Amino acid sequence: MIVLRLALQSLRNRWLTAVLTVFAIAVSIMLLLGVEKVRVGARQSFADTISGTDLIVGARSGSIQLLLYAVFRIGNATNNITWASLQDIASRPEVAWVVPLSLGDSHRGFRVLGTTPDYFKHYRYRQSQGLTFRSGGPFADLFDAVIGADVAQALGYKVGDPIIVSHGLGAVSFVEHDDKPFRVAGILEKTGTPVDRTVHVSLEAIEAIHVDWQSGGRIPGQSVSAAEVRAMDLKPKAVTAALIGLKSRLATFRLQRAINEYREEPLSAILPGAALQELWGLVGTAETALKAVSAMVVATALLGMVTMILTTLNERRREMAILRSVGARPRTVLGLLMAEAGVLTAAGIALGIVLLYAALMLLQPYVDTVYGLHLPIEPPKPAELATLGAIAVAGCFAGLMPALRAYRLSLADGMTIRT
Amino acid sequence: MVATAAEPGVTATDVIRLSNVRFAWPGRRAFSLAVDSFALPAARRILLIGPSGSGKSTFLSLLCGIVAPQSGVIDILGTDITKLPASARDGFRAEHFGIIFQIFNLLPYGTVIDNVLLPLSFARNRRKRATAKGTAEAEAVRLLTRLGLEPHLARGHSAANLSVGQQQRVAAARALIGAPELIVADEPTSALDRNRQAAFLDLLFTEVAAAGATLIMVSHDESLGPRFDEVMRLDEIAVCSHGSGP
Repeated sequence: MIVLRLALQSLRNRWLTAVLTVFAIAVSIMLLLGVEKVRVGARQSFADTISGTDLIVGARSGSIQLLLYAVFRIGNATNNITWASLQDIASRPEVAWVVPLSLGDSHRGFRVLGTTPDYFKHYRYRQSQGLTFRSGGPFADLFDAVIGADVAQALGYKVGDPIIVSHGLGAVSFVEHDDKPFRVAGILEKTGTPVDRTVHVSLEAIEAIHVDWQSGGRIPGQSVSAAEVRAMDLKPKAVTAALIGLKSRLATFRLQRAINEYREEPLSAILPGAALQELWGLVGTAETALKAVSAMVVATALLGMVTMILTTLNERRREMAILRSVGARPRTVLGLLMAEAGVLTAAGIALGIVLLYAALMLLQPYVDTVYGLHLPIEPPKPAELATLGAIAVAGCFAGLMPALRAYRLSLADGMTIRT
Repeated sequence: MVATAAEPGVTATDVIRLSNVRFAWPGRRAFSLAVDSFALPAARRILLIGPSGSGKSTFLSLLCGIVAPQSGVIDILGTDITKLPASARDGFRAEHFGIIFQIFNLLPYGTVIDNVLLPLSFARNRRKRATAKGTAEAEAVRLLTRLGLEPHLARGHSAANLSVGQQQRVAAARALIGAPELIVADEPTSALDRNRQAAFLDLLFTEVAAAGATLIMVSHDESLGPRFDEVMRLDEIAVCSHGSGP
């Protein structure tokens, strides 16, 4: 139809503003969908990090805090659990296994985790997947270390390389445990969890490097050599937290209460799943804010489109008058402008989707390695499609404003051609 | 092609009759137009002398049914268009009127052909008549050629690069395509120099006569009078009051 062809030609005549408008809408759509992808990816990454553990026990604190430092290596523990209390819990009949975790040291920005060889047996991620070794094996000697895939990649370590652990958690440390170097005994396969960024050593090794230390510093004049330390009793006095597996899940709440009411020491036991839910509750507000901001950006883009159509309206009064003179109804004029808004919005949405998936394909490996965030590349979900549909409709209605103005102008102009 | 007089229900003498028409632009109190009685005979060339401020565009808007009067009768080809709903008036205009503006007649981004064919999208009978002997495009090219547009400009050429004189020829072809009964031209030659004015009018007259249409041309230039069958003065037909407005 000639009228539609002319409307498209009219749009092509203003191609620069039209393209920019489409681009603005596309970027806003990309942002809106991208935020959702990151949100889903982040949740999935978090939820995938721990599996198969029934309870996490630590010093008394909030459950989110305990979850964050014990599993995600985010933040620090407020206090430790004594070894005696942990043994007490481990000896309870319903407990199948206990994996103690000792945190506080680092190696060139990567956290050092003191644990037992059971860790490699019981730690599960992403629907009960266990840890596997890419090369080497668990620690056999006191000064053996097992490193995650990212540590190995970032620092270029091979099995057999020596490493020196630093006291504290800074990437650059001036307090080094340089008198007791470690040896890389094993390198783990990539998991997409904080395990990749962790240096694992035995609990005894953590004790060993701290024998001649007191409250965060070396005791002056006292130095115990690596050889001497081997002869000492390295049974840990305290650990930071522990993962607990039960014989029967039915006992979970009973044991949780028992630990929370433990008399000898103030302790907390949390269910990882419940703590994650609590975390989502906390993060939910930020997610909502993020969504609101991206929705605003979409609204801004649509507003920009309305502005663009409105500014061209004056020069298009001639077009309207000509169309009216050859018999176009005001309704046709209204429809043309709304269709223009609809076409621009639809093109923006389409381009936005293309840009989003292009960006995902381009950035996915990078985001995965740098942030440990796996962004899923999958077709838009029904809810997202519904949102996009709603935006398309909103775009058409946004066109209603300039369209109604053009309608009124074309009625008022009558047979006059204004320029 | 189509003789208006041959259509049933249309008087042979008058194509347009206005009586007791009162009009004021909505929201603009200051301006109003009144036509007590006015009639135009069919198949003739009429020059309406209308100096600026005489309510010329309002009068044409009423004739073409773009606006409706508050009261009175506007009878066009036997139909009282004031009785028609607004959208039917638009359809009526598409079928029975060819309109040529003073200047800026064309959609600059469209091709010459598309500009000429534009009214056919809104007028089924005009499309039928235009395609009676072939395609609508062929008819458009025929009219453009008859109106003196260079053949290479007629096909596929953008309307943006035409001179004012060429634009007016395209506008005339658009008004004439599908042979509407009434051609309304609002100062179509005012942007042309004397020689081109005369040439344009000659071609326009020939084609209007060939189509058997009635030409109503509005101008402030009384010297054109001798070339028309009849000369009327708008200020004698319509009483235009500007009220207290500027």
